[in-house]
Amino acid sequence: MRRLRGKLAPYLLSLPSWVYLLVFFLIPLCSMLGMALAVGNPLTGYILSDNFQEFVTAFNNYQDAFLRSFWYGTASTVITLAISYPVAYWIAFYGGRHKSTYLFLVMLPFFVSFVIRVLAWEFILSDQGFLLGPLKAIGLLPRSYHLLSTQWAVIGGLVYNSFAYYVLPLYVVLEKIDRRLVRAANDLYASPATAFMKIILPLSAPGVFAGFLLVFVTNVGDFVNAALLGGPGTYMIGNIIQDSFFESQDYPMAAALSSMLMLMLMIAILLYSKVFGAEAIQEYAA
Amino acid sequence: MSQDEQRGRDLTQAFYRGLTQPRLSRQNFLRGSGAALMAALAPQIARAEKVTDWKAWWAKQKPTKNFVFANWPLYIDVSSNGKDHPTIDAFTKQTGIKVTYQEVIQDDPSFYAKIAPVLKSGQSTGYDMMVITDGWYLTELLMQNFLVPIWREKVPNFDKYAGPSVKNPSFDPGNKHTMVWQSGLTGIGYNPKLTKREINSIEDLWDPAFAGHVGMFSDVTELGPFGMMKLGINPTTSTPADWEKAAVVLKEQKAKGLVRQYYEQSYINALQNGDTWISMAWSGDIYQANSKGYKDLKFVVPKEGCSIWHDNMCIPVGAKNPLSALAWMNYYYTPKVAGLVEDYVNYICPVPAAKDYILNVIKDPAVANSPLVFPPESELARAHEFYSFKSYAQYQQFLNIFNPIVQS
Repeated sequence: MRRLRGKLAPYLLSLPSWVYLLVFFLIPLCSMLGMALAVGNPLTGYILSDNFQEFVTAFNNYQDAFLRSFWYGTASTVITLAISYPVAYWIAFYGGRHKSTYLFLVMLPFFVSFVIRVLAWEFILSDQGFLLGPLKAIGLLPRSYHLLSTQWAVIGGLVYNSFAYYVLPLYVVLEKIDRRLVRAANDLYASPATAFMKIILPLSAPGVFAGFLLVFVTNVGDFVNAALLGGPGTYMIGNIIQDSFFESQDYPMAAALSSMLMLMLMIAILLYSKVFGAEAIQEYAA
Repeated sequence: MSQDEQRGRDLTQAFYRGLTQPRLSRQNFLRGSGAALMAALAPQIARAEKVTDWKAWWAKQKPTKNFVFANWPLYIDVSSNGKDHPTIDAFTKQTGIKVTYQEVIQDDPSFYAKIAPVLKSGQSTGYDMMVITDGWYLTELLMQNFLVPIWREKVPNFDKYAGPSVKNPSFDPGNKHTMVWQSGLTGIGYNPKLTKREINSIEDLWDPAFAGHVGMFSDVTELGPFGMMKLGINPTTSTPADWEKAAVVLKEQKAKGLVRQYYEQSYINALQNGDTWISMAWSGDIYQANSKGYKDLKFVVPKEGCSIWHDNMCIPVGAKNPLSALAWMNYYYTPKVAGLVEDYVNYICPVPAAKDYILNVIKDPAVANSPLVFPPESELARAHEFYSFKSYAQYQQFLNIFNPIVQS
């Protein structure tokens, strides 16, 4: 009896997390998949069926939006990485006793509501705003030049909104790197660049990996930046899902699109982990 | 008070009210979609007995001393201390009915998503009156018989004071189920300093001189009628063939690079910032922008016509105090009460006689003489109501025609 209890203990201890997964992940997921297969309309109600037509229609009508979302997601994540790595590196290595202050400053804008932050960018980037107004006044830019309503405004908005989510995981790994390794490399006549490439970059790879996932997945599904900063032709898949839910009340379509987005993200993540995944990283770091 | 309501008060009026379609807030979106999913999946369980003889039902109702009123934020008069609503307090004093006033409607889709499962299960929403914009969601409530027919004999003031633009609307012939709370026009907003000329026609939205600086609405129930009116088609009585024609000209407008963006409610920021020079616009927002200091912006009802939308008072099935709701409707439809509300709200007043009350009693000529709050009859005559969809399939047909313009 005691031995049995001993064997069961780990399962019993993990029970709360299983229940959590069931209630907040598995049940909603199944109901969404069920909805995608249902037929009916909001007036008569829906009946579960084996109707896969919705997926075909979704694929045919919204290929462009899917492609665009993945392009925006990838571009914004790469740019975020390029910007946040030096920031995290600087804080971890040269932040001194003010490290937590600097981290706090990175986080500070995120205490403001998400939508308000995007609206603020709409104001800053506007045609006659602080940024473009003076440049146009001195004749550096033509009068009709605009940043808003372009794909770069959307990508820029995504970069801005994911900045802190990339700095934090990078900071955590960079902070943990044993400084004696860097000193040893210097003692062995490694140039700073070589030391960085051979010591720091490999050891920070897990942070790069984790941050990439975190930022990429959120950005691909975003719809707020495209709605507020974009123009005609920057519609992302998130905007279409929102329209399907609220405007068309086409719940099966919205559910089908959401499932497809999830599936595509899962495939992308699997491929990504296969190439850069845990094992590859360990080998690289070793 | 919930956090949402508090936030609603803090934000500007333009952001929240009088706007017809999807509003943007991630929290609301998530909450709304969750509720919508639940609504969609809710089994069709036994409904409460269906009332067929509403006359007999009304005869059975007894007067109560309560009234629960669900409305949009910032949509009624507020006293100078910011806490009380003078017209509501006066109503309570006059009738002894205690009013629970709740600013719970942020937009039609998510409010509908909250009440639909309750109504479908035959239970009471807890509201005796709610304010719903004409459009698909109101149609959906009407189609499912979720609104109590109004006992018209109890609301004599409506026949006496209501303006012609709110009587007998196309979506509810004979005002059987609804009475307008406020209306608004969708016309053209522009900045003469940037357009460098006066605007008076929908054609101006297609003027190549404004390429890249034309704002259009992303809500296709608003966008579609502008394509139709350009072609001289009356949207209220349009047909699917007309929709196809309108989609062609709207696609052309986009292909030529005229459109800056298909906006949700942030079109007003774009106009204020000068990103758009000319844009589809709501009359009330331009009024607000003018009074906030953006004095250059102008609103015009184009010569081809404009759209008019109505936010309507209606009684949901299952209301506990329906007689109180009728008393409120009758109370609202007087020059005095409508005038007091209008002087604060500044959309379009359903009671034309309130103009004299605001001018002579409240002494606020800025509101009374504003053509945005009391538009002249000649302008209202050119205002078209939205097309009322006859079925969900027809609504889908409309969306399938116009959505590709916005969604690419």
